[in-house]
Amino acid sequence: MPSARAEGRAAADVYVEVQRSAAFQEVRRRYRRFVIPGAAVFFGWYVGYVVAATTAPGLMARPVAGAVNVAMLAGLGQFLTTFLFTWAYARHARLRRDRAALDLRWDTQELTRGIGGER
Amino acid sequence: MTGNHQTLALLLFSVFIAITLGITTWVSRNRHGSAEEFYAGGRLFSPMENGFAIAGDYMSAASFLGISGLIALFGYDGLLYSVGFLVAWLVVLFLVAELVRNCGRFTLADVVAARMSRRPVRIAAGTSSVTVSVLYLVAQMVGAGTLVALLLGGEGEAARSWTVIGVGALMVVYVSLGGMRATTWIQIVKAVLLMGGAITLTVLVLMRFHGDFDQLLRTAAERSGHGAAFLAPGLKYGGDWTARLDFISLGLALVLGTAGLPHILSRFYTVPTARAARRSVVWSIGLIGGFYLMTIVLGFGAAAIVGPAAVRASNAAGNTAVPLLALDLGGGAGSTGGTVLFAVVAAIAFATILAVVAGITLASSASVAHDLYASLRRRRSQPYSEVAVARTAAVGIGAVAIALGLLARDLNVAFLVGLAFAVAASANLPVLLYSLFWRGFTTRGAVWSVYGGLVPAVVLVLLSPVVSGSPESLFPTVDFQYFPLENPGLVSVPLGFLAGWLGTVTSAEPADEAKYAETEVRSLTGAGAV
Repeated sequence: MPSARAEGRAAADVYVEVQRSAAFQEVRRRYRRFVIPGAAVFFGWYVGYVVAATTAPGLMARPVAGAVNVAMLAGLGQFLTTFLFTWAYARHARLRRDRAALDLRWDTQELTRGIGGER
Repeated sequence: MTGNHQTLALLLFSVFIAITLGITTWVSRNRHGSAEEFYAGGRLFSPMENGFAIAGDYMSAASFLGISGLIALFGYDGLLYSVGFLVAWLVVLFLVAELVRNCGRFTLADVVAARMSRRPVRIAAGTSSVTVSVLYLVAQMVGAGTLVALLLGGEGEAARSWTVIGVGALMVVYVSLGGMRATTWIQIVKAVLLMGGAITLTVLVLMRFHGDFDQLLRTAAERSGHGAAFLAPGLKYGGDWTARLDFISLGLALVLGTAGLPHILSRFYTVPTARAARRSVVWSIGLIGGFYLMTIVLGFGAAAIVGPAAVRASNAAGNTAVPLLALDLGGGAGSTGGTVLFAVVAAIAFATILAVVAGITLASSASVAHDLYASLRRRRSQPYSEVAVARTAAVGIGAVAIALGLLARDLNVAFLVGLAFAVAASANLPVLLYSLFWRGFTTRGAVWSVYGGLVPAVVLVLLSPVVSGSPESLFPTVDFQYFPLENPGLVSVPLGFLAGWLGTVTSAEPADEAKYAETEVRSLTGAGAV
């Protein structure tokens, strides 16, 4: 596609412009502010769980109620937190990001129309 | 196993094959043969359909039979697997699914190549994707062979070989004729069957214990002969520090590998938007989480009702725990209920393997045609010929997987799956995350990161006790074991990230700011997404 090269430059300028716009910065900020701490928490909790299961079996074997012990609660807790994180992420994305991202999508496509080919 | 089991299981399995072949013919009746159609099924699946298909792609026989079997034999240590397999989906949901849907067209390499010099990056990402897929495929083929030998009378060598060949041939037919659309419907049918089977068995187990989970656990612990230790970690992965580090390594590979599996990534392209991709992951997390919760009940149920001794007598690795449990729950050997339930479970397990194999074959044929062939070919081919290449590649990959499956039939299935996850986490995940989130990432960084994860992962396995130096290894007579762990993840995943960073900081050419702007804007807004 050599003929598209000059036009491709122009389309690239559009993306740089959108990237610098306040609206895009806001969408990105909202995404990162949720995802980075969230990922750190669930990953840390999972690694902590695996390390505890392998290095502190005594602690994990401590009984809590009946046959249920700390390990069983921690394992089921992992399932529960996974479901909670999923719900929270989907909700955050739906309420805080989707509308703004869609607006940006149409604006960007409007700007790139004609200069970047079908993209 | 009596003749009745066999006949009924074979009959049910034939019905499944007939139905899926019917689906393949039906959905491909108006096929246009375009790449969009073949790789992504026209991108018109609904989030619910795709959620079921993702769950179908992910829940392999290794989970259904393997994890429940591990729980039945080792108690709590088996449960650690299900946790890792599930939590991995948060990585996919948070960091990968939507962004990949927005940036790419068909494969992982699309996302990376969008902001890099295309050719070397495509070749690297294509190579690692094919490697991961082939490892995963071999695991499924070996599983199919073992399963059929166990379920259909003795350890018949011929039956095993013919199963591997038959499964391979069938999946080639599915994939090359039906493409993504047929493969997706097979996954959906299979996911529904698997969930239905698991729910039935779970309800029956809980009814046996009058809905008292505590009673179930206590009976399981009692019958295991280990007492309370059965309900705590350490029976399988306790012991010396090598075993413990090995488990941490496996845990890391499981949680980070899913986001790098090519057949999972390609599923996000079958829906129209990133929002639909997110909703399909939410569906699949619900299904997969529910399924793994049920495998816990089934595993402890098998320990409590069948007993670890009987499970071990049937298959040392525990793979037959669930079929045996079904036999008992249906009314025991010889009863009609037991025969029917056993046959149903066996047929579901076959269907599971077949569907997973089809999904992986499709993804790897896409990598071969769209990434490798498209980069290495001479410039004159039409888009049509790419689909033709993908169909041929499906046949070729099928043949390779059949051959390797026959060669590797004595390898442990869970190990092969763990290895595929480790390679995916080391070679595919770093390059994907760097491309999406790191402004300064360069072509050299991308290439180094793929090979810097792929090569150590494969080499460390070759030097591990799995291949040589211990009685259970592949070549027990020679000893070139220099690496103590069976799973390389703990070392190779950090190496993949390190190599990507090193390649980037030593690059002569700076990163293309404009290309990164495009990737970032497109990934978060969906502008220009196909």
